[in-house]
Order: sequence, then structure tokens, then C-alpha cells
Amino acid sequence: MSDDTSDQPRLPLPVPNADNQGFWDGCRQHELRLQRCRACGRLRHPPRPMCARCNALEYDWARSSGRGTLFTFSIVHGPTLPVFQARAPYNVAVIELDEGQFIVSNIVDCPAEALRIGMRVAVVFDDVTDTVSLPKFRPAA
Amino acid sequence: MTSIRDRAAIIGIGQTEFSKQLGVTEHRVACEAIAAAIADAGLAPRDIDGIVRYDIETNTELAIIYSLGIPHLRFFAGVTSGGGAVCGTIVLAAMAVATGQANNVVCFRARNRGKRSVSGSGKFGGGRPWEKTPPLLPDFYQYHIPFGLVTPAQEMALIYRRHMHEYGTTTEHFGMVAVAQRTHASRNPRAVMRQPISLADHQRSRWIAEPLRLLDCCLETDGACAVVVTSAERARDARHPPAYILAGAQAEGPIHIQMADYFQHWREETGGRAVAKQLYGMAGVGPGDIDAAMFYDHFSPAVLLSLEDYGFCARGESGPFVAAGHIAWPNGSLPVNTHGGSLSEAFIHGYNHILEGVRQIRGTSSCQVPDAELALVTSSNTDPTGAIILRR
Repeated sequence: MSDDTSDQPRLPLPVPNADNQGFWDGCRQHELRLQRCRACGRLRHPPRPMCARCNALEYDWARSSGRGTLFTFSIVHGPTLPVFQARAPYNVAVIELDEGQFIVSNIVDCPAEALRIGMRVAVVFDDVTDTVSLPKFRPAA
Repeated sequence: MTSIRDRAAIIGIGQTEFSKQLGVTEHRVACEAIAAAIADAGLAPRDIDGIVRYDIETNTELAIIYSLGIPHLRFFAGVTSGGGAVCGTIVLAAMAVATGQANNVVCFRARNRGKRSVSGSGKFGGGRPWEKTPPLLPDFYQYHIPFGLVTPAQEMALIYRRHMHEYGTTTEHFGMVAVAQRTHASRNPRAVMRQPISLADHQRSRWIAEPLRLLDCCLETDGACAVVVTSAERARDARHPPAYILAGAQAEGPIHIQMADYFQHWREETGGRAVAKQLYGMAGVGPGDIDAAMFYDHFSPAVLLSLEDYGFCARGESGPFVAAGHIAWPNGSLPVNTHGGSLSEAFIHGYNHILEGVRQIRGTSSCQVPDAELALVTSSNTDPTGAIILRR
């Protein structure tokens, strides 16, 4: 990235920290992970240091099925950040995973007019840089 | 048990002109509005010993006191959030004067967000927060901004789309809110947008983030608003009829910006619903007793959700409630945002709604509800939130 001298607006990127490194490492390996409390087993997303049910600090990373349903969405026309404006109109979506957690993403490989709340979707990964992959979703049976 | 019920009052209100660009700094608009509120209260800067502001306010207490010549503060505090902070400032000020921590507390919001001030922090300050998104995202932002979920309109569009799905709410219902508030603003000389609009105008306006159109979105305004809160005892000697703070409450539950977390708790006992329960409990009144409501309206459907949260209609019935004309002055059962709100008067992060609540109690609104006794004012009800009931 440091030798990228183009004037193209840059995609804002996550900076993993000690609480969420496992999530972003999983994405890099094309595996959607949810934090799982090692004391009570509860799954959670977005990542955070403590279990909101039992307050345990210990966790591991569970592999999500990567499948879920579209809970809500918007078609964004703008104004928005220049890097996104260039691809407008585009969708943003909230997906309810089969495990019960919600995740913000985009629905890919689907025209706007085909988006329906309740439609089944499955995760795919978008390698946006050499080190960062974003979990996106596409229509699934 | 002690409470803030009836222990404090708003005795002064002040504001600047509202404009798409005033051409002055955020520091200056804060000073102008606060000086006007202090004068309206019949006080001098030396009488002020407390300040409450939003924690994202750019003007610090120090910037205010050394500009206004306030010699010394005994109480100062900030309330978390932007639109979620509005009424929390009044709750804190009421607590301070009720407990003797301060005598006269200034609460304010100042911002330069006008259409011609938004392009960054030039010599007047201001700008849209989301335009300053850093290229490397800290933890809080990592799970939505990389997907292009960046602005408040986009965040709120997700919530309103789900409301449409669950309850059959339509974009025409959104438009009826915008039309009613513009009609109110047409009588208000302070309003930035006074030209009436029709439902057809609304439906023709361009998409911002579906299902939100341009005319569903609040204005972007330069300006400031301020109030002076004092104890109920001292309020009796004020220049203008006091607006007593009958009740006030705050609630923080899941925040909308982390959309995932928000939907995990999909609007059950949190946010506006939790505030309403506390508020009516403290006040000893119910929704049927409220004469006018100033609902936080960064987007028109926010009014729909607030009508439900604060018990003016059942969950999911706000669209038909608005379609029946209930929120329109003068004939509606609950005139809403009688100044035009953030959609048509100005967007001062909700603070102009407090001023309009006070005007309804004083009897000086440009859409005055006859003999108004109780006015409800709310903060943005998807963030950390809050509300107050003002009484005559």
C-alpha cells in the first residue's frame, strides 16, 4: 500500500486489535468466525473483550456456517465517502446469521431489484488488499 | 425518594440566526446564543455557575467562560452522543440546580453544518463528521464503514426499511411528516426552509439512501441554541413565564451505529421506550396529556418511531396516525415540531426543539397550541437518548 501513488480514493480499512484479531484473521483465511465465550459458550459479534452474559474474558473463535437471511438493507445513492460514491448506487445490508448474530455487509451478485428481506444468503470473501478480506454475502438456496 | 420533578425550570432561551452559512466561527455562534439566553433570563454572565454541553461539542467550557466573562463555574458536564444528547443536558442541569451544585446553568449546542460550511474545517470550523472518516479505522468503525455504511442517513435507512417490512409503513407516510413540518415552518420567520411542499414534491425528490429521499433528511445548518436552567424557586422572579421541567429521563441501550448490536435488541425495552416509561412515571402524566411534541427528526421517519415509543399510537401504527392528520397544527390531536423541526427550521442537533418546547409553554410559538400546558421534547431515539416534559 505504501508505494501506491494513485489519486484514487482509498477504501477505509480495519486495524485489527487484540480483541478482534481472530475475526480478521479468519476473514483473511476465508472463514467467518464468531467469538465464543469459553465459560458459557455464548456466541457474539461484533467482537469485544468480555462476554455480556457471564462477564468471562476467555474466548475462542467458532467458525460460522456463513449462512443467514437478509434482515434489512438500503440502496445508497449518496452523498457518501468518495471511494463508495464511485460505485453508487450500492447496497448495504444487515444479515441475521443462522447462529443468531447480526452482521453488516453487502449483498453481491444480486441486482438491487432482487433484494428481498428474508432472502437466504451465504458468505463470500472479498480480498480488498493483500492483508484484508471483507466478508460479503451472495444469494443462496 | 427525591427526583428532579418540578425542581427546575428553563427561564432563558437564545439562538443565532439559522442559515446555510453564517460566515462566522462555531465559537462565535456559541457565544451569541448563550449571551442571548442569559439576557432573556434577565441575568448577567456573572450569574452563571454551570455549563452542560454535548461531549462532541467543539466549544469547551473554557472557550465559553473566557469569551462571555463568566468568572467561575461550580458545575460542568458533557452528555454522550450527538442527537442522543439533547435532553440529557437539561436533565443534568436540573439535577445540578435541584441539589445546589449550581444556581444557574447554561446548556447549549453550536455547530456549523450549513451546506456551504460542510467542506471541512476551514476558517469557520464545522463540517460533516463522516467526511472526516480516517483511512485506518479504529475498532468501533471496522464492522460497517468498509462496507460503505458511512452516514447517518444510511444507518437510519436500515432501521426504517425494517419498520416498513414489519408494519407496512410506506414512504408516503414519511412524506406526510415532511409536509406537515414544512407547513409549520412556513409560519416561522426563523426557519431556513419556509416554502410549502406537497407529498408529490416529496415523492419526486431524489434518493439519498433508500428508503430515504432528500426531503426526508434534516437540513444542514449553521447556528447555535442555548438555554438557562435555574431552580424552581428562583424561576418565579424570571422575566418570562418559566417552563418548569416536570420530568426528564435518559436511556442508553444498544446504539444504532453498531447496527448488528442494535438489531440484537430490536427496539424492545430500550431507547425511547425506556425513556418514556421513566418520564411518564416521574411526571404522573401520560401521552394523552401532552399538548405538543418536539421529536428529534434527523429523518422524517424518526418521528414515526417516536410516536410509537412515546405511546401516542401502538407499535406499527404511526403511519396511519400521521395519515389521519394527528401531527399537523392547528387541528391535529398532537401538533409535532411546530417550529418546522430539523427538517425545515434548522438542524442544531435537536437543540432548537428545546427552544420551541419553551415557546409553546410561554405561548409564543408561531404555531401556538392554545393554552398549552405540557410539551414533550425528545432526543434522537436510536442512540443513547432522553426526553423532558416541560410544563407551564
